[in-house]
Amino acid sequence: MLSCHEASRLISEGLDRKLRPGERVVLRFHVIICDACNRVEKQLKLLRRAMSEFTDRHNPPGPRSY
Amino acid sequence: MKAPAKPLLDAAAVSRERPHLVRYAMLQVREKDVAEDLVQETLLAALNSIGSFAGNSSPRTWLIGILRHKISDHFRKAGREVAIDAADGEGGAEEIEAYFRADGHYVEMPKDWGDPEKILSEKRFFEALERCVRGLPEATAQAFLMRDLMGCETVEICKELSISSTNCWVLLHRARMRLRACLEKDWYGGERTDHQGMIP
Repeated sequence: MLSCHEASRLISEGLDRKLRPGERVVLRFHVIICDACNRVEKQLKLLRRAMSEFTDRHNPPGPRSY
Repeated sequence: MKAPAKPLLDAAAVSRERPHLVRYAMLQVREKDVAEDLVQETLLAALNSIGSFAGNSSPRTWLIGILRHKISDHFRKAGREVAIDAADGEGGAEEIEAYFRADGHYVEMPKDWGDPEKILSEKRFFEALERCVRGLPEATAQAFLMRDLMGCETVEICKELSISSTNCWVLLHRARMRLRACLEKDWYGGERTDHQGMIP
């Protein structure tokens, strides 16, 4: 059984590399039964989306200083 | 006699990266003017050595490499120490341990943040995110920003930061776990009564 600590590592690495089938299976199984990791997975995915939308949302186009 | 080879990179392609680089610099140095100056210096340096771009990495990663040094110089002048060689990646595992109990469960139950669309429309969330990113250790921040902000491939980040891919994943894992914990405290745990417009 995967620990939440290990699950958080796989959730993060899944954003950076293709997980091996075995890793994907244990992670999916863990996330289905674990609320904490389910939330963390959503949060890390949101974090990536937020970073990609950073300037557009945060600094709306306006008068430029240059 | 052969005609000179077409350069792998041209000035237009370099200047197209400008807004991305400013975004990257802004999240490390506080002031927009400073970020813009550093990017300006980076672009000038890049244009002067455009022939040395070998195409081993993407133009963006190459430019970030130059910008990283400009940022470190800036911090050094400002008296702030930087671990440019990502040496602070070593303590990563221990730090992540702090979020977990000995049995591997979270010390504090992560919160349900709610609807992503709503969160992404919240100015307060992005303000907290900016503060949290600025609070990351140097190498951790660099790896994270290259990956999640600039979209660089992990292999390129490892090469740029001269670290192994395992260490790179450790840095990224640590960055994300720190950021989610920071956001939970600063944004989620902060004033949630949505007094939008109350922020000075």
